[in-house]
Amino acid sequence: MATQQRQIVVSDGIDCHAKHADKNIVKMMRRALTKNNLADQIELVRAGCLSLCEFEPVVIVYPEGIVYSHVTASDVEAIVKEHLVAGTPVERLIAPENELRSERIPAIDNIPFFKDQVRIALRNCGMIDPENIDEYIAVQGYKALAKVLTTMTPDQVIDEMKKSGLRGRGGGGFPTGNKWEFAAKQDNTVKYMICNGDEGDPGAFMDRSVLESDPHSVLEAMTIGGYAIGSHQGFIYVRAEYPVAVERLQLAIEQARTYGLLGDNILGTGFAFDIDIRLGAGAFVCGEETALINSIEGKRGMPNPKPPFPAVSGLWGKPTVINNVETLASIPPIFLRGADWFSSIGTERSKGTKVFALGGNINHTGLVEVPMGTTLRQVIFDIGGGIPKGKKFKAVQTGGPSGGCITEEFLDTPIEYDTLIKLGSMMGSGGMIIMDEDTCMVDVARFYLDFTKDESCGKCSPCRIGTVRLLEILEKITMGKGTMDDLDALRNLGEQIKVASLCGLGQTAPNPVLSTLNYFYDEYVAHVVEKRCPAGVCKSLVHYEIDAQACKGCGVCAKNCPVEAITGEIKSAHLIDDDLCIRCGTCADVCNFDAVATH
Amino acid sequence: MGQVELRTEKETCCGGLERRERVLKAIERHRHVRGALIPVLHDIQDMFGYLPEEALTLVSEQMQIAMAEIYGVATFYSFFSLEPKGEHVIRVCLGTACYVKGSQAVLDKLSEQLAIPVGKTTPDGKFTLEAMRCLGACGLAPVLAIEDHVHGKLLPDDATKILDLYR
Repeated sequence: MATQQRQIVVSDGIDCHAKHADKNIVKMMRRALTKNNLADQIELVRAGCLSLCEFEPVVIVYPEGIVYSHVTASDVEAIVKEHLVAGTPVERLIAPENELRSERIPAIDNIPFFKDQVRIALRNCGMIDPENIDEYIAVQGYKALAKVLTTMTPDQVIDEMKKSGLRGRGGGGFPTGNKWEFAAKQDNTVKYMICNGDEGDPGAFMDRSVLESDPHSVLEAMTIGGYAIGSHQGFIYVRAEYPVAVERLQLAIEQARTYGLLGDNILGTGFAFDIDIRLGAGAFVCGEETALINSIEGKRGMPNPKPPFPAVSGLWGKPTVINNVETLASIPPIFLRGADWFSSIGTERSKGTKVFALGGNINHTGLVEVPMGTTLRQVIFDIGGGIPKGKKFKAVQTGGPSGGCITEEFLDTPIEYDTLIKLGSMMGSGGMIIMDEDTCMVDVARFYLDFTKDESCGKCSPCRIGTVRLLEILEKITMGKGTMDDLDALRNLGEQIKVASLCGLGQTAPNPVLSTLNYFYDEYVAHVVEKRCPAGVCKSLVHYEIDAQACKGCGVCAKNCPVEAITGEIKSAHLIDDDLCIRCGTCADVCNFDAVATH
Repeated sequence: MGQVELRTEKETCCGGLERRERVLKAIERHRHVRGALIPVLHDIQDMFGYLPEEALTLVSEQMQIAMAEIYGVATFYSFFSLEPKGEHVIRVCLGTACYVKGSQAVLDKLSEQLAIPVGKTTPDGKFTLEAMRCLGACGLAPVLAIEDHVHGKLLPDDATKILDLYR
């Protein structure tokens, strides 16, 4: 075989599947390479998600590291002919929007989106073929496991974990080393190691990305954990909504068994450990440890009171450690490069890096991994590229349904577990939804409560009944029927639900309401007193009006109005009958002159 | 009721010998798995698109689990359905990223186009319209999924075009 001089990486996450990147681009690329007699000289890798969602499908050409974004079928031919054959990068195909470019033809490491990132958990995502264990091994995969099994005692492994300062990335932020230590101390021959891949926060997708793009790193870390606590059986609990992740995990487990990296005698050391997959079935509460355990046992996913903690009595009453996907993916590098290296990244109380899923009204949606202590402003504006269409930043929501909204004045806060809690939000699993001036904060609170009300398991009444009551009040306000007493009621009720609920779901469910009440009180008051939605989102409070100056009298709005609420002569200003109007917004959408205003 | 009859005719569950065999096989496959109820329910839903009562009765007998408990589990998880679904299940993501980018309007438009409320199936059994919580494709918000196929960056007017693909 000829020496391969170049490598082409095609990203292949679910987002890319949606755009047909998957087999089509890979297939076309392979065909084009063969046609040009390059198939032997260039390695084609179908890699996982590079998390540059906004720009995918992405094709990267190494060794230069040149990134082609939004690659279409016709582009493939051009890339092969002009870049690979003739040797000139196809400038017109490199991020045409100019958003990824800091220089004329940037290499991947110089792209603003990647420049400020430190990728530990995502180190292999988009870089290797997730369906090929050899590619993982080639990037030092399973080397940490070999080191642990052959040179360290379980106690030393736990000490190293404690020294690294790694805290749980799923939301709780509990130190991973301590968790392992509790379970290790239990005198029991049967213990379990569980990977929590029940990524429930709507807006977070880093776990999916890791499981789809680098499944072996999770298997390796679970095996290390199993050795440390004395467990021989692991379970990965993953959402049924992630079929690609499930498929690749299954494949990865089979490959690891074949290679002797899972099974009865791992790497010939005599240590036995195996992993099974369990599918979730769509219940947010199953992200809570004890609820997840009940679900694996085949029961309804309802939480139990703690103590006893799972590390003492968990799955089938045995000591159990539950670690989140991102936490696990961070572990192999800790053993390869040392706890001191890891703890040198980040801040005093939050070590290492954290992955955030940037979404909502932001230019670069995707996953970013930054050192703890990076400010919100850096993440949103430097890496995320700011707010699209020149709109104004209004708030960033972190922590999903358990978190809160943070305003402009706090954007320079370094991101840490504790600072976010102080701001009335939380790290959560790392969802970061950016909201611009067109977002109504009362509606956002209502949205989250609608979610937690649905997802409350019903076991304890503060959560079961309280979330419904909170939602009812919020709906009343968005309908323009709220009173000032309702605002007090929201606050009182919210505080009580927080202290009285059984598990994390209820204890944090009021956060979206309380934090928006705190930072956007004026907006609530506008809904209640003036019966006005400043952002123009709450339909009952929105009124459409045609600006007589801007209206050209073309009649398009009247023609499209489904309820014939618009009248007017051609070439003269039209008028909307507010009583007939159903506030569908069609007139504003179809107007070519921006003459329809909402207020 | 149209779609129920249509389904029953097409997918007779455990009265049909072959289908009964398949359910039994699914149970057998998990015979030695602890906490096998949920994996078995997943398999059955994969086969029929929902959990037919006759199949659950069979599970109850074979696995020695009370019907009440099975019903409790089946109704707790939003992924399981006790009602037959349409030929195509349209799931519109109402995760935060999609919601902020206007997925509610897409869902409303689909509901209007199909003339069914969210959660229901068209009388011809062709489409079921559902709202779902985060597909994890936030980079493409707003998105919807039909079977395993994701459509992203939607505007309400795309609803008609997408429906046409499946009509």
